[in-house]
Amino acid sequence: MEYGLDLEYSFNEFLKGFGLSSEIAHIIWLPLPMLLVLVAAVVGVLVTVWLERKISAAAQQRIGPEYAGALGVLQPIADGLKLLVKEDIIPAKADGILFTAGPVLVLVPVILSWLIVPFGQNLLISNVGIGIFLWIALSSIQPIGLLMSGYASNNKYSLLGGLRAAAQSISYEIPLALSVLAIVLMTNSLSTIDIVNQQSGAGILSWNIWRQPVGFIVFWICALAECERLPFDLPEAEEELVAGYQTEYAGMKFALFYLGSYINLILSALLVSILYLGGWGFPIPVELIAKFLNLPINAPLIQVFTASIGIVMTVLKAYLLVFVAILLRWTTPRVRIDQLLDLGWKFLLPISLANLLITAGLKLAFPQFFGG
Amino acid sequence: MSIAITTQIICFTILSLVILIGALGVVLLESIVYSAFLLGGVFMSVAGLYLLLNASFVAAAQVLVYVGAVNVLIIFAIMLVNKKEDLKPINDIKSRRIISTSICLTLLSLLIRVDLTNVWSLSNPQNSIGEESTIRIGEHLFSDYLLPFEVASVLLLMAMIGAIVLARRDVMSKDISTGLPVDQELIEKSSEPLLTNKN
Repeated sequence: MEYGLDLEYSFNEFLKGFGLSSEIAHIIWLPLPMLLVLVAAVVGVLVTVWLERKISAAAQQRIGPEYAGALGVLQPIADGLKLLVKEDIIPAKADGILFTAGPVLVLVPVILSWLIVPFGQNLLISNVGIGIFLWIALSSIQPIGLLMSGYASNNKYSLLGGLRAAAQSISYEIPLALSVLAIVLMTNSLSTIDIVNQQSGAGILSWNIWRQPVGFIVFWICALAECERLPFDLPEAEEELVAGYQTEYAGMKFALFYLGSYINLILSALLVSILYLGGWGFPIPVELIAKFLNLPINAPLIQVFTASIGIVMTVLKAYLLVFVAILLRWTTPRVRIDQLLDLGWKFLLPISLANLLITAGLKLAFPQFFGG
Repeated sequence: MSIAITTQIICFTILSLVILIGALGVVLLESIVYSAFLLGGVFMSVAGLYLLLNASFVAAAQVLVYVGAVNVLIIFAIMLVNKKEDLKPINDIKSRRIISTSICLTLLSLLIRVDLTNVWSLSNPQNSIGEESTIRIGEHLFSDYLLPFEVASVLLLMAMIGAIVLARRDVMSKDISTGLPVDQELIEKSSEPLLTNKN
């Protein structure tokens, strides 16, 4: 399955045509995909904020943003600009260094995790061997940033919010990792590319959601809890904690939290689509379509076509999941802290353990369906 | 010198500096919260060193276990019992410092001796496993390192049971901190949701 566009190779060949050495070409290439992914993440956040405003308005029978651009599409940009030009306030009794480092520590691991998100066979920053494990490890850094900002704000609501955030992400990380482990067991690899390729055999029928329905639901619940989305937004429960760890933040530092939580939501949706919904795969395999049209799979036109279909499918699946997450946010009530921890430790953890065991058993019994 | 090697040397220098200064900060700083956060930074830099050594799985496991679990729990515990009180001055602080410094220096000399006597270079540098290491670690854990692995898990289980016994007051008849008999009714009440009796 080694087809698809290899942009890096062609770019390097193109630069070598100007007489540059391969090392210099590599250095010029390196920042490009990173910048591209950063821009994609930020644009994704803008789209998600607009969707959130519009869908919440629809759920509450309002109109929502209307005047900034057609249908209010420029509203998120206006929000961002407003946060950018606001005064940067550090409370007098707060701990300045930790107060500044907190939001950075929340945002950086989330952006780093985009390293492993594939949009096509070669369309990702780096196909690292530990793949999905890197995301699990990086997402475990985030609670430190939350605790840091909660402590540094010198405010009891902030501290409580930070503690709740850390408790929540520690308890939901375990079922999350266990349900990922079941997928890894079926794939025999941690790499996200291999995970998607393993699902690409028979189009929609071979997606992991049919083989891992329990894992899919557990993963989605845990991903929502890791993103602190309603019904799990206890760290910033407005009625109890003002705004949790964000209470004392203003301007760009607040915007970093905001950006971090939305990038994390999009990242989680992307990872659900990669792990369970076939990633960049089209519901009908592209090879079948090519055979039907009597075109060779390696023709340049077909390659551009499959690459663009891959990007469109990944983004489409991710935004369908974001839509579900937004609907969930505006239609479900918040759980209590004891219900949250009960759900995590007494329900999701045993279920994901059983799911892992059953997957291992099924893999031994039916190796052709559950990975050899 | 090629660009890859230069980058490696720069990364190694920065990481080692962060580890050394961070570790000194963990020991010497007065504020326990700063020490805990610096400890997290040191763990991260050690993970960076593993990455430089091509051991990406070990690096990720280091981040997941030491930063994500151990360090978060340390910070969590510090913040739960964050009392702003001045500690009592210790009388013989000078002799204590001398003893602890000498113990640390002895350990350091031991480490230096290990460093100087051990042969660090690989017999065959082309033979490094790199991305294969995940599979190799799994194979070792389920063959020759199976017993240490299981013993470590039993150790963790014991620690966990101890923590649960300490945290659940209803297992004991006396409160640990005050020595008073435990009011069993209060425990029952706290584990019940507040709103169930009101309708």
